Amino acid sequence: MSSAAITSAPDAPKPATGGRWRHSEEARGLAMISPTLLYALALLLVPVLLVVAYSFWTQNYLEIDRSFTLENYRQALTEPIYRDLFVRSLWISLLTSAITVGFSYPIAWFISFHGGAHRNLWLFLVTIPCWTSYLLRVMSWKVILGYGGVLNTGLMSVGLIDQPITSLLYNANAVVITLVHSWAAFAILPIYVSLQKIDRTLIEAARDLGDGPLRAFLRVTLPLSMPGVISAFLIVMIPTVGDYVTPKLVGGKDGVMIATAIQAQFGKGANWPLGAALSVTTMVLVSLVAAAVVLSLRVAVRRIR
Amino acid sequence: MLQRLRYLPFLPVYVAVYFLFLYLPILLLPVFSFNDAATTTLPLAGFTTKWYASLWGNTVLLQAARNSLVVGVCVSLLSTILGICAARAITRYRFRGQKPATGLIMAPLFLPEIIVAVSLLMIVLQMGLELSLVTVILGQVVFCIPYAMSVLVSGFEGFDRSLEEASYDLGETALGTFRRVTLPVVAPAIVSSLLVTFTISLDEFILAFFLSGTEPTLPVYIWGQLRFAAKLPGVLALGSLMILASVVLLTVAEVLRRRAERRTRATLAP
Repeated sequence: MSSAAITSAPDAPKPATGGRWRHSEEARGLAMISPTLLYALALLLVPVLLVVAYSFWTQNYLEIDRSFTLENYRQALTEPIYRDLFVRSLWISLLTSAITVGFSYPIAWFISFHGGAHRNLWLFLVTIPCWTSYLLRVMSWKVILGYGGVLNTGLMSVGLIDQPITSLLYNANAVVITLVHSWAAFAILPIYVSLQKIDRTLIEAARDLGDGPLRAFLRVTLPLSMPGVISAFLIVMIPTVGDYVTPKLVGGKDGVMIATAIQAQFGKGANWPLGAALSVTTMVLVSLVAAAVVLSLRVAVRRIR
Repeated sequence: MLQRLRYLPFLPVYVAVYFLFLYLPILLLPVFSFNDAATTTLPLAGFTTKWYASLWGNTVLLQAARNSLVVGVCVSLLSTILGICAARAITRYRFRGQKPATGLIMAPLFLPEIIVAVSLLMIVLQMGLELSLVTVILGQVVFCIPYAMSVLVSGFEGFDRSLEEASYDLGETALGTFRRVTLPVVAPAIVSSLLVTFTISLDEFILAFFLSGTEPTLPVYIWGQLRFAAKLPGVLALGSLMILASVVLLTVAEVLRRRAERRTRATLAP
């Protein structure tokens, strides 16, 4: 911490005195960021590169054969069990991000346009549930949706149903509900930020020139808030594709996702190269789907305008 | 405000329902933790504190709590220190490679956590290290730095560097300037970052699950208990305490963060 002061101490920056100052400014910035950067290189980039390397190797019982092979990818992409898991994981993460963004947009809009002086309080209230333990929240959904859970016994005690509804828990819907809940704040915040950046006089101009509230929203507010919508989409979609806890706790047999298969290769299955190939494939596939979503959102907004 | 919403009469209702959806799961745990029944069914059976009392004698649980505390303190200190370096570098200096460097540091926000966990597990075992609380700490720091950064960058952003220059010009040393000028302005952001990263570490499950070996943290302990239906009420009581701790820590962090914002804004005022 004190190195911050020491490295910035000797000469106070004097702007526009040429290359030398640029150089020292640059050197100090790099020196300042280097501890964090080295940490991220050593414990994020190098491990991820190791995963990529492993995905091209082979497990021979306890030995690793380091000759290059695409066999793991062949297995990951052609074996029906993995193919199904990939399709389901991508579908669930796509659905989750679409629902989360769709339901969160009005909240972000409400806070930005009608939050008044209490905007920060509203944002804080939105983030609180998302900061508390993820595991506990998933467990709570299990308690709510279960056969003898809150929803069923509650509905039965007020006489709305006679028999517990069995289709609530242990399927893909339960996974989607839980994930939408978990990621709500991650969608609201980026959308809110981009709504805040919109120059309000543009909306007034649209209204003055005869657009109704809906048209003004569709032609001015929505297109200008698109960067926020897109980053909300990405920040929800990419992490949820590899979610482990939610499918395990509320997914049952129809809600299993790819993370369970990855975990198995590093635990009981003990086939690291296959686990690595599954991880890399997950990342590649989700990036492709995410790119397709971003492109189609951009096109859709241009159409509206 | 309500008058301006006349075009959208349903919006307040929608906001209310949305907040109910957000808060229902975390309010239910405390409710059932005081319920005098071993199952989570409605209507409630009566008030009891026995599930909380049962937590005290549990030595495995207390050990897990101690592990979580050790990990949380180390992670919040390390990730905040590393966050301070990076946040100061990107708010104070311009340098080549700033974008990719920041991108790499913030990447855990955009990665599935299981991939971060698996890659760390591989590198740790590859290097012949034993899984322990140390490996959990190393992993959680990677995961916490982006959150520390986002708190710290907003605290550092408004900081007026001419204050530091004035201090040097008046003959203060580098260390003295940092202690007497920089630190008082950015201190609330730093404390806020410590609290936020501690909370994240306390609640973090996936990395701890993969990297903890035989020393469980609280979430890993809870995961083990979830298999036994009979243990559920105890887990609900423990979970309620953890939620309470998180809410208190985050509220303090938020109050400090806002104070920091107000302070840096005050230094910017003409």
